[in-house]
Amino acid sequence: MRELSVDEVLAMYECMVRIRHFEEKVAEVYAKGIMPGLAHLYTGEEAVATGVCYALEPTDYITSTHRGHGHVIAKGADLGPMMAELFGKETGYCQGKGGSMHIADFEKGILGANGVVGGGIPIATGAGLAIKLRKGKEVVACFFGDGASNQGAFHESLNMAGLWKLPVIYVCENNYYGISVSKKRHQAIDDIAVRAASYGMPGVTVDGNDVLAVRQAAEEAVERARKGEGPTLLVCNTYRWRGHHEGDPNRGARYRSKEEIEEWMAKCPIKRCEEYLRSKGVSDNKFEAIKAAVDKEIEEALKFAESSPYPDESMALRDVYA
Amino acid sequence: MREITYREALREALREEMIRSPEVFVMGEDAGVFGGIFGVTAGLMAEFGEERVLDTPISEAGIAGAAVGAAMVGMRPVAEIMFVDFLTIAMDQLVNQAAKWHYMSGGKLKVPMVVRTPTGTGRRTGAQHSQSLEAWVAHVPGLKVVMPATPYDAKGLLKAAIRDDNPVVFIEHKMLYNDKGPVPEEEYLVPLGKAKVAREGRDVTIVATSLMVKRALQAASALAEEGIEAEVVDPRTLRPLDIDTIIASVQKTGKLLIVHEATTFCGFGAEIAAQVAEKALYSLDAPIARLGAWEVPIPFSPSLEDRVVPRVEDIVERARTLVRENI
Repeated sequence: MRELSVDEVLAMYECMVRIRHFEEKVAEVYAKGIMPGLAHLYTGEEAVATGVCYALEPTDYITSTHRGHGHVIAKGADLGPMMAELFGKETGYCQGKGGSMHIADFEKGILGANGVVGGGIPIATGAGLAIKLRKGKEVVACFFGDGASNQGAFHESLNMAGLWKLPVIYVCENNYYGISVSKKRHQAIDDIAVRAASYGMPGVTVDGNDVLAVRQAAEEAVERARKGEGPTLLVCNTYRWRGHHEGDPNRGARYRSKEEIEEWMAKCPIKRCEEYLRSKGVSDNKFEAIKAAVDKEIEEALKFAESSPYPDESMALRDVYA
Repeated sequence: MREITYREALREALREEMIRSPEVFVMGEDAGVFGGIFGVTAGLMAEFGEERVLDTPISEAGIAGAAVGAAMVGMRPVAEIMFVDFLTIAMDQLVNQAAKWHYMSGGKLKVPMVVRTPTGTGRRTGAQHSQSLEAWVAHVPGLKVVMPATPYDAKGLLKAAIRDDNPVVFIEHKMLYNDKGPVPEEEYLVPLGKAKVAREGRDVTIVATSLMVKRALQAASALAEEGIEAEVVDPRTLRPLDIDTIIASVQKTGKLLIVHEATTFCGFGAEIAAQVAEKALYSLDAPIARLGAWEVPIPFSPSLEDRVVPRVEDIVERARTLVRENI
């Protein structure tokens, strides 16, 4: 496997910072009560979306989850329409009709974040089937959590994809909790990657807080998929720092210990990437400059969202049918 | 005009659309080698190959979801769900995904797919293979729902459904597959959302769907011998619904009987009755009547199965009462 250049890693670093800071802003705004609906934050899991999406081409597809901000940002979504969508504004990615859990942008290959746990897995499989039928070279990265890997749709889809050798990378973001239920209490197995064996595909487990490891494993899976060798189940072990959603108090401390949360926060994927870059001679000034630029971008996105109008009532009736 | 069966008409529609467009492909349980449990896709795998006619695992959610994903990226999948009863297993993908993505994405995604599925009683297949669940799907904004009653409509509507840019649930009746009827050799489409007056009459309007159209026409013939002229209207498409054609008929006859095979409680007839009451109440000179299945799961025994869904004599009797008691 080739070693990534410093610039390539810096690009991923910037992406992780963009996701982290975007969501920190969302948490702040959400706490003020001016953002409607639900916000499921991805904080702590940034290396997964980033490592996987940076192994993809712009023409490749992703399906995402209710915790999807990181995936769509890593796939190239713009922060302005992202934030506006979270506010339910007309200028949002989906004209305010989707919200946080349903952001989609076909032009960037984003086939929708999904409010149904496991709901995107068959869709990714179908997109993979279409690519195969058209003899295309694109691949699909399908994000879902450890909880979703218990859904029937997961098993049905991986069986089909394995059978038909579809170009799909099934990316399980194992954050060890399905809402409040720990993985130990919802799965009889320890390593989710063993499930791949049932469906005739490789199962690979990586440290999901190490963006370089995720990227390398994703590149290998993408290469297999493009060569027609079929799907991969890529399990990335990570952790969500915050609660299931922003209404889940104390970072989910009702069902997790403070020690456990702190232990994972010490494994911050962004700090880890910083350390790597520092060892390659990148200075702290560079990190600060990236953070400052990202923060400016986020402030602009927020201003854009706040100053945008809500959709006119008549828009409720549009786009029911194509 | 030549006559072919409903099954052959459907197969011709699939074949012609597959020839017409490389985006169209067929998938389903036993759809390939076996040619479909009711034989609709027979021969297509031999003609188009294993890539365009896919035998799938027994995985309804997977099949429906794969159709959604394939449609999102530009294909036009036609997925078969072996019995309408099994739509229940595919419901997330149909109701939460297929129906909603165009809307939720603010028009950015399209889901041009068709789910073909056989409905209804008559094959002695018991309560899990004989239901009529059309009202379930017709209730969902974003889905279109089609129920053809003749070979001509089956072919023309399926072709239109495949070309439609929306998810369409296409419900075929398993007791109609062997019915023959005139079907032109040349290309034609039957537009979605357009009802058909299957028989003209002045005394009572009978709105019927799917197999019940056939029974309503038989009932109308029997009624004609008694001097009652029934007009039979087949909506053909449940959603979008051509209520105007139904209302025009009610304005002519003043009486409305709705017949479908599903149970009446929350059935599709309730929607038609409500819309006629809202839009044409003063054209009615009798209360609206509905005939549907008894409020039971479909029983297995032939004597019971035949009794619980509307029979020709039930339609005759109900229409006669409606006309005679309200002269």
